[in-house]
Amino acid sequence: MRTIKFLLQKEFRQIFRNKAIIAIIVVMPVLQLLILPLAADYEVKNINISIVDHDHSSYSQKLISKISASQYFNLAGYNTDFKEAFQLIEKDKADLILEIPAGFERNLIRENEQKLFIAVNAINGVKANLGGAYLGNLIRDYNNDIRLQWLQPARLNDAPVINITSSNWFNPLLNYRVFMVPGILAILVTMVGGFLSALNIVKEKEVGTIEQINVTPIKKHHFILGKLIPFWILGNVVFTLGLIVSWVVYGIVPLGSFVVLYSFITLYLLAILGFGLLISTFCDSQQQAMFIMFFFMMIFILMGGLFTSIDSMPDWAQVVTKFNPVAYLIDVMRMVILKGSGFADIKNQLLIISAFAIVLNSWAILNYKKTS
Amino acid sequence: MEEVPHLQSSKNHSQFLAFLRKEFRHVLRDRKTLLILFGLPIVQILIFGFALTNEVKNSKIIIVDYARDAASQQITNKIDASNYFEIEKSIIDYKQIDAAFKKGEIKMAIVFPENFNEELLHTNATQLQVIVDASDPNTANTLTNYITSILYDYEAAQNKTLSIPYRIIPETKFLYNPQLKGAPNFVPGVMALVLMLVCVMMTAISIVKEKETGTMEILLVSPFRPILVIFSKAVPYLLLSLINVTIIILLSVFVLDIPVNGSVILLFAESTLFIITCLSLGILISIKTNSQQIAMLISLMGMLLPTILFSGFMFPIENMPWPLQMISNAIPAKWYYIIVKSIMIKGLGFLSVWKETLVLFGITLFFLIVSLKSFKIRLA
Repeated sequence: MRTIKFLLQKEFRQIFRNKAIIAIIVVMPVLQLLILPLAADYEVKNINISIVDHDHSSYSQKLISKISASQYFNLAGYNTDFKEAFQLIEKDKADLILEIPAGFERNLIRENEQKLFIAVNAINGVKANLGGAYLGNLIRDYNNDIRLQWLQPARLNDAPVINITSSNWFNPLLNYRVFMVPGILAILVTMVGGFLSALNIVKEKEVGTIEQINVTPIKKHHFILGKLIPFWILGNVVFTLGLIVSWVVYGIVPLGSFVVLYSFITLYLLAILGFGLLISTFCDSQQQAMFIMFFFMMIFILMGGLFTSIDSMPDWAQVVTKFNPVAYLIDVMRMVILKGSGFADIKNQLLIISAFAIVLNSWAILNYKKTS
Repeated sequence: MEEVPHLQSSKNHSQFLAFLRKEFRHVLRDRKTLLILFGLPIVQILIFGFALTNEVKNSKIIIVDYARDAASQQITNKIDASNYFEIEKSIIDYKQIDAAFKKGEIKMAIVFPENFNEELLHTNATQLQVIVDASDPNTANTLTNYITSILYDYEAAQNKTLSIPYRIIPETKFLYNPQLKGAPNFVPGVMALVLMLVCVMMTAISIVKEKETGTMEILLVSPFRPILVIFSKAVPYLLLSLINVTIIILLSVFVLDIPVNGSVILLFAESTLFIITCLSLGILISIKTNSQQIAMLISLMGMLLPTILFSGFMFPIENMPWPLQMISNAIPAKWYYIIVKSIMIKGLGFLSVWKETLVLFGITLFFLIVSLKSFKIRLA
């Protein structure tokens, strides 16, 4: 025990001496939580639409004013020629083109049926999909308005209609930030823990001080524990800071209990720190450790379900996410913070993350060799 | 008199080659980093190309069927048949919905009220309740849209005999990316990200490392021009980056089926310009800093995060508040991303991207001038 106490004293002194690390611990949570949720706003709004009107009728005018009145669309151009509108798409000034063919009003009334042409810039799939759907809804609405003008509304519907009442649970205002903040908090804790621990042992290797530790009777697991505990405490501090920022700035208070949240986080930190230390024992230089950690972080974050849902991934990718600790953390954070899930709900995730922690740390201890 | 400068330049030339050889050996010796260097773009392209889709599909749902009649059965079958939804289970107890959401098992619950079919037949109108997990607003919106269109289909099938008056039929065409794949959006972004990573971070760290270990002093006292010592460090990374660009383009053409619609030569020329921008930024960082950790921090926090944030491939710039939009203009990767997207996906020529090219050129010049100004032969 005494050995660990001295090791801890040494590590803490080194950490607090390094101003850069202090800066990361304090500045990073605040900065990331302030800027990222502002930037990561995937809510599809401000869709730029360009309208090509060949008809110039009162009907086409009504449709256009209905679209420009909608909160989702900005009128980016009103062209007479499809080519001009297409140039707007090429320049990224417009996302959608709506083409109203000549004779729109006349044909609709005489022939009971008329087509409209929509062209969507689909490079960004989400925007294309939702933008197309919004426009479809608007046109359907408009269509109903026209029908009402011409037909006497019947007392009962003349065709069977199913009315959908949809309710949005857990985030009734459909606020995107509520969804992103817990996920970003998860990434934050992972980045701070992962990078700090990955760089640590390898720095001792590079500077040569590891030799001095190697010749002392310090046990391997003492050494790893001495590295693990300080960062584990720091990780908890960063997480707490993050929770405070998300409460002060975004007003997000976890629905679930703090006990559940912190028991998961403490276990998770052990796992991700073990992973960092493992990488550190494999590498010879800080540059290498940094780069390898970055490689895994990239995969962990992208495959963690932060931006795109894991359910939509192909089967092989879903299997990969089973080995991704970050995916479990993002999942649990959203469940506990947004839905108020309890211990029983996250039992599986808790067991899996404990297994990660045990395997990764024992591997790091085994892989650390006192002889070179 | 004529010959002396010539001799001098040829001597300089062979010195430069010797330095280059040294730098290449340094880079090639570190196998683990090299492996990651080439593994990173490959893995990223595969993840972005195959694993990440913007499409929402296979969403697990729960069906609460109080009606248990013909109509509710038919609609359930229709939902089950679509690949947007996977029916997790059918339950009868309303209270179980909450538990299922909390366990994260389902994204949506559909409740058929009692007498669903009867009401539909007699009054021609009935209610269907849909509950969505809206913690992810976009998925919630998309799922509601899917259900709505499935129900429209069902209604249309029921009313085949009735003709609907004054019908407007929208015909939608998806340009550039008809299958709504994620890759056309991501490939240019991955290119920008990888180049940024290799050029800025690797260059900065490798120069600062020589300062940290003290070998920089030895290089600076050599008869070779000091600024060229720095530039010779950048050359191996220029070559590695060009190889990376080639790998990414080959992968996207042959594995992801995303052809280069514009000119390949133009694409490489623009990439080279961007690589030089990044290298000069890397050099600038290395001149200003003295320790590897600080250099890493600056390139990671100062450059890499902003690149991911503001280049526009992950996060929509137009949704950001205007101060952030202003910042995004100073990020070189944003301009490169626009250029690559225009050339590769939209198939446009130089005339459509000359403004962006000019901006990149200006940024490069700025970095180079500042580096030259602040470069000192003597170390502190």
